[in-house]
Amino acid sequence: MNIRSTFEDGRLTIYFEGELDHHAARDALRQIEERIDATCPRETVLDFKGLTFMDSSGIAVVVKAYKRTSQVGGKLSVTNLGPQPRRVLQAAGVERFVRVIVTPKEV
Amino acid sequence: MTETNSFKMEFLSRSANESFARAVAGAFFAQLDPTMAEMADLKTAVSEAVTNCVVHAYGDDAPNRYVTLTMTLTGDTATVIVEDTGCGIEDVEKARQPFFTTASGEERSGMGFSVMEAFMDALTVESAPGKGTKVIMTKRVGGRK
Repeated sequence: MNIRSTFEDGRLTIYFEGELDHHAARDALRQIEERIDATCPRETVLDFKGLTFMDSSGIAVVVKAYKRTSQVGGKLSVTNLGPQPRRVLQAAGVERFVRVIVTPKEV
Repeated sequence: MTETNSFKMEFLSRSANESFARAVAGAFFAQLDPTMAEMADLKTAVSEAVTNCVVHAYGDDAPNRYVTLTMTLTGDTATVIVEDTGCGIEDVEKARQPFFTTASGEERSGMGFSVMEAFMDALTVESAPGKGTKVIMTKRVGGRK
């Protein structure tokens, strides 16, 4: 799992590449937390375009990003979500509190 | 006649083997010619079940920290059995509740069993304290037919 981020005009975008499972989740959580704390964004965007697999560990990652961003007064959205990660997030009802943008071809 | 194939492997209960187990499940179930969605469902369910073993089954110094993964094809039905000989689950009903977890790390969402239930057709959990845990899941795969 590779994670990189950009910060521009109050918007923190975090790009995920690879597979997000339990093995990768701890490190992902730590990096997300660091970047949110360092930038205090108005909006955090989790960009899952490069994500090839996600299990329920991804739910914990999205919830954590949501909580942390809310604490600094920002909003969270998830973008470029493929069908498999989307179904995992749906199982947890994540779309009730996070704005989710699926990949254009899945709409 | 119903064609049957079966595959069984045993591996150390380590998080590095989660992706390995998924890859093996993908390679084995490719024989059913599943759709991409069905394949993703099977791999996700295997990942969740194996992760539960890695997180919960064994203490750090437990001997024989092995997970057994058995996959069977019977006609168009895929069966996955993930088994450990670890600490077992005290209250299976409670463990299956959404967002319930006994794990301390915040990387655990408590949604493992819920995702397995959502992605497979049937899920059975056999467990008792000290007696290990056996998770049996089935899914009919026939998206292309």
